[in-house]
Formats: sequence, C-alpha cells, structure tokens
Amino acid sequence: MDSFWQIIFTTDFAFSVVRVTTPILFAALGALISDKAGAVNIGLEGIMLMSALTGVLAGAYSQSALVGLLAAILTGMLMAGALAYFTLKLKTDVILGGIALNFFASGATIFFLYYVTGDKGTSSSLASKVLPDIHLPLIEKIPFLGPVISGHNILTYIGIISVFGLWYLLHKTGLGLRIRSVGENENAAKSVGINVMAIRYLAMILSGAFAGMGGAFLSMGYVSWFSKGMSAGRGWIALAAEAMGRGTVIGTVLSALLFGAADALSNTLQLLQIPAELIKIIPYVFTVVGLLVYAVATTRKRKAEE
Amino acid sequence: MNLEKKFEMIRTLTAVVISLLVGFLIILLVGREPVQTIFYFVLGPVTKFRYLGNVIELAIPLIFSGLATALLFTSGLFNLGSEGIFYFGGLLAAIVGITLRLPSFIHPLVGILTSALAGMAVMAVIGFFKARYNASELVISLMFNSILYGVGLYILNYNFRDPSVSGFASLKLQTTALLTNIIPRTRIHSGLLLALAMAGFCHVFLYHTKWGYEIRMQGLNFKFAEYAGMKPAKIILLTSLLAGALAGMGGAVEISGMYERFRWAALPGLGFDGALIAMLAKNKPLNVIGAAVFLAYIRIGADLMARMTDIPSEMIYILQAVIILLISGRRFLENYRQRALIREVEKNG
Repeated sequence: MDSFWQIIFTTDFAFSVVRVTTPILFAALGALISDKAGAVNIGLEGIMLMSALTGVLAGAYSQSALVGLLAAILTGMLMAGALAYFTLKLKTDVILGGIALNFFASGATIFFLYYVTGDKGTSSSLASKVLPDIHLPLIEKIPFLGPVISGHNILTYIGIISVFGLWYLLHKTGLGLRIRSVGENENAAKSVGINVMAIRYLAMILSGAFAGMGGAFLSMGYVSWFSKGMSAGRGWIALAAEAMGRGTVIGTVLSALLFGAADALSNTLQLLQIPAELIKIIPYVFTVVGLLVYAVATTRKRKAEE
Repeated sequence: MNLEKKFEMIRTLTAVVISLLVGFLIILLVGREPVQTIFYFVLGPVTKFRYLGNVIELAIPLIFSGLATALLFTSGLFNLGSEGIFYFGGLLAAIVGITLRLPSFIHPLVGILTSALAGMAVMAVIGFFKARYNASELVISLMFNSILYGVGLYILNYNFRDPSVSGFASLKLQTTALLTNIIPRTRIHSGLLLALAMAGFCHVFLYHTKWGYEIRMQGLNFKFAEYAGMKPAKIILLTSLLAGALAGMGGAVEISGMYERFRWAALPGLGFDGALIAMLAKNKPLNVIGAAVFLAYIRIGADLMARMTDIPSEMIYILQAVIILLISGRRFLENYRQRALIREVEKNG
C-alpha cells in the first residue's frame, strides 16, 4: 500500500490527471452548452471518435497540425449540426439520434481508416502530426505547481481557457442569456422574440466544436495516432460529469477532474501488481458511483421538498 | 390494414431503401468494381445454400438481443446493457461448459439458465437505480458494458485461457455442452428453436397479459400509467429482469451453438444490434424475427462483399445509422402522411 501512496502523491500523477482530464473536459463542456439550451447531445462519444480520425487524416495530408485540428473541429460541428437537424427538424428522439450517431462513428471511422491506410486498427502507418506541448515561462519554476501545470499540450490550455470563456459566454453576454432562457423556458423565450431553433442549432454546433477538440486531443496530443474505438467511453463519462455538475460550469469542471483522476489512477496503477483488466474498469466504476451519488442526493432533495 | 399502419410500413421500407442507396453510393464512389460489388452485397447470400445458412445462424443471437431491446424500448427505457450481458452470458456458458460434467441435453440448458440469471441480476441493478433514484439507465448501462467486459476478461485470462492455442481462446467446451445442429449442411443449431419460442413468449406476454399491458402503457405515457395506478418501479424492474434474461440467454446460445471455445476478445456488438432491430420491428416481438433476418442478411452480404472486393464490411454500420435516424425521425415523410390522410377523408366524406 505504501507504494500506492508514493505513486499518488507525486507531481507526475498530478500532471497526468490534468492530461487525461482534457478530453473529458472538452466533451463535458460540449454536454454543458447543449444542455443549457435544452438540447441534449448524446452523440459526443461518436463525435470525438470521428474528429480524432479526421484530425489525424487531415494533419497527415496537409502536414500541418493546425489543419488537422481545424478539420477535427469542423467535423465535430458538422456531426453535431446533422444531429441537430434530425432531432430539431425531423423530431428524431434525442437518445435514438445520439445512438445512431455513435453507431455511425464506430463503423465509419474503421471504414475510412481502412480505405485510406489499408489497416482496420490504427493509423500508425500515416505520418500524422501532433499538436505542440507548451512550457509556461516563470510558472514552470514554481515548486510542485510548476511541473504540474506547465508542459501540457496546447489543447489542455485551450480547454482551460474554454472553461472561462464558456462561463463568460453563458453568464455575461446577451447570447448566453438567450441560450439559458431557451433551455429553462422555451415558451417564455419564444414570447420575447428569441429564435429558439436558431439558438439550439448554435448550441449544438458549439457543443460539436468542443467535442471535436476533445477528439483532436486524443489522436494528436495524448497519442500521435488514431486507433479504433479510442474515445473509449469518454463521451459518456462526460455526460455523467455534466449531470453530476448540476449543469454549472464549475461543477462540471470538478466532476470532469474527478473522472480524469480515476482515469489517471488506472494508468498509474498498472505499475503495481494488480491485474490490468481490473484496473481498466476503474474510470467506469467511478462514473457509475458518481452518477449514483448524484442521483441519490437529487432524489433525497426532491423528497425533502415535497 | 389501417392507414397509420400502412404509413408506418412505408416509412420503414423507405428508410431501408434510402440506406441501401447510401450503401450503393459509397460503393460507386470508392469501389473499383462497383457492379460486381453491389451484386455480392445484395445477392451474395442467396448464391449458396451455405451462405443462406450463415444468415440464419447470425439471426439467432440477433433475435435474442432484438427481443431484449424491444422490451426495454417498449417500456420507455433506453438501456443498452444487452451488449455487456451478451458477452458475460457467453463467458458464463463457456465456463459451465468447461467445468461441469453433465449429460448432453441438460448441459447447455444449465449454461443458458446460468447466463439468463446473471443477465437478470445485472439488468435488475440498472433497473433498480433507474426506478429508485432516476439515474440515467443509458449512461449506467454503457458503463456496465465496459465493467462486465473488464471483469470477464480478467476471469478468462486468469482461469480459463488456453495457452496452447494461438490467439485469444478459452479452454475447449465439453461436447456435451454444445447445442445440436438441426439443419444438415449448415451450422444452424437448436438455439433457433429457443429464439423463436422466446419471440412467441414475448408477443403473448406483451399483448395478452396484464403485465405486458402495463409495460406498453408506461412506454406510451408515463404519467397516464402512474395516474392509472400502475407502479412505475415495478414495471421498470419487471422489464429489466426479462430483458436481462433474454440477453443472457442470447450470449449463452451463441457460444454453445457456434463455438467450441469462448473466443470474444472484444465486446461482440450483438447486443448493440438489438437497438436497430427493435426499431425496424417497431418493438413488436414477432416482427423482431424478420428484422433480425434482414440485418443478418445484409451483414452476411457485406461480409461476402468484403471478402470478394476492396470494400470493408464496416460500411454496414453507416447504413445502420441512416436507418435508425430515418425511422426515429417522426417528421420523416410527414407530408406524405398528411396528404394521404386528407385523401382518405375526402374519399370517405
């Protein structure tokens, strides 16, 4: 057990928590903004997967990581936009629409990967690009904190900035007010002349952009290739994080960090003598427990109010 | 046939046709020999008796997962846990087949029963969380899939893995544990009879019993069912138990019918297919049989196509997504429906 604590209380572990939280955070922000507008985006998992692939492909063909990132974001926006069209216009059930999008992504990624590389597993034969790591001057020098928050992938910092950006957008701008009012009371929003449809489309597309960045991080930062199914449930974990965060920015960030910590733990514990199969389920167990704690608390609160 | 029913059928058929056209388009765009490729995809399965057998073999597990998902969807539960249960049920049946010594008819039955009970237990947990605390059954069931997979892999690797076989495989199941072949020159096994019996059972249960009525009412209108004195928690649990049993059975039947060793190195995907089948079947148990055969047919067609040409069989997942999106789109072909309604009224008026 000593070695367990020795592993947890290190800057390396804290650094890896921040690192593996990044994709969950992006997807959770995506879940948050669509939820705020009253449109659920269940397709996050599939969007991340698809974006991870297009990021690698576009990056490899243009030999530019930036083009790869933009392609990943664009893919996310397109897929979320398509989902919005089906759920908002054709009145497809939001859950079934999301499920369809995830099915689509898990098959289409393998299809395109095979078509381009001749391989159904990974894109390692492609010379794809990686987004750079950033070393923060000065901050780097602070003991403990420096090595934890410096030296991350640029997308991690974009993620942190996005947190503040999203909070500002939702709480300090007119657009944010409109988004929240559409989510809270559609009819009231309509009665004061807000275009509910347009706001929901916008929120969904922004949600797709966030998930797209999360996907790009997976294949162009976390690792430098695409492998099938690499989103590994993070889109679903993000939905759980958003639910646990009770739809607030700060709550969502904290929940994402919690699930990120579980993920980092499962990576780190592989150094100890515990079967890898069992360690890999830690993030999923954490998510179930987290959702349950949240659900129990909500039920109690509702009962107390009655 | 009344107009609504006719319209629903036309909608489903249109969705299927559009998805096939999407498939043809993909083949035309990326294939080197499009005409031949389309031929293998559409008619491949009927070119040989053995291929037709493959279609039915594949339809057997799909009927189980389709029934499980149709039941859940009918009651308004979006639970995709059949996937993990399929995997785990298959593993349990394999373990029963490896370890116990039983006479040949009893042996597979014990395996199937064990898996069904395990499936019921898992679904009951998810259902309980939903019924008691309203915890999202969709996210929790997906997390359970990953958890069951991890636990299953651990059990297999540490206890039942056969190191002498290349690749991923368990020890051999005893021959007494395998289901018998029922149609010569194919691998169709007696699991088919159980699948058909279950479809019949689910039909009777849903449409001719009080509990079935309650499940359907709850799915149609949750509030109405509650006000009418039905207990949502009871219905959620009941549906979950049945669906879990069906999914567990499906996994067990697939392993003891089609394999000599447990060979699923990843989640098999058969449980997820239940969602598409349930939608094609409009959640009606008897329609599940046809929907499962249809999906099995295009899967085998895609496999043959992938074997003979340069198009990967994963193309089929793109088609499946199109079908789900269109069928679940309530406004899809809405204009057509309204024109048809007006015509009908004018004719009768």
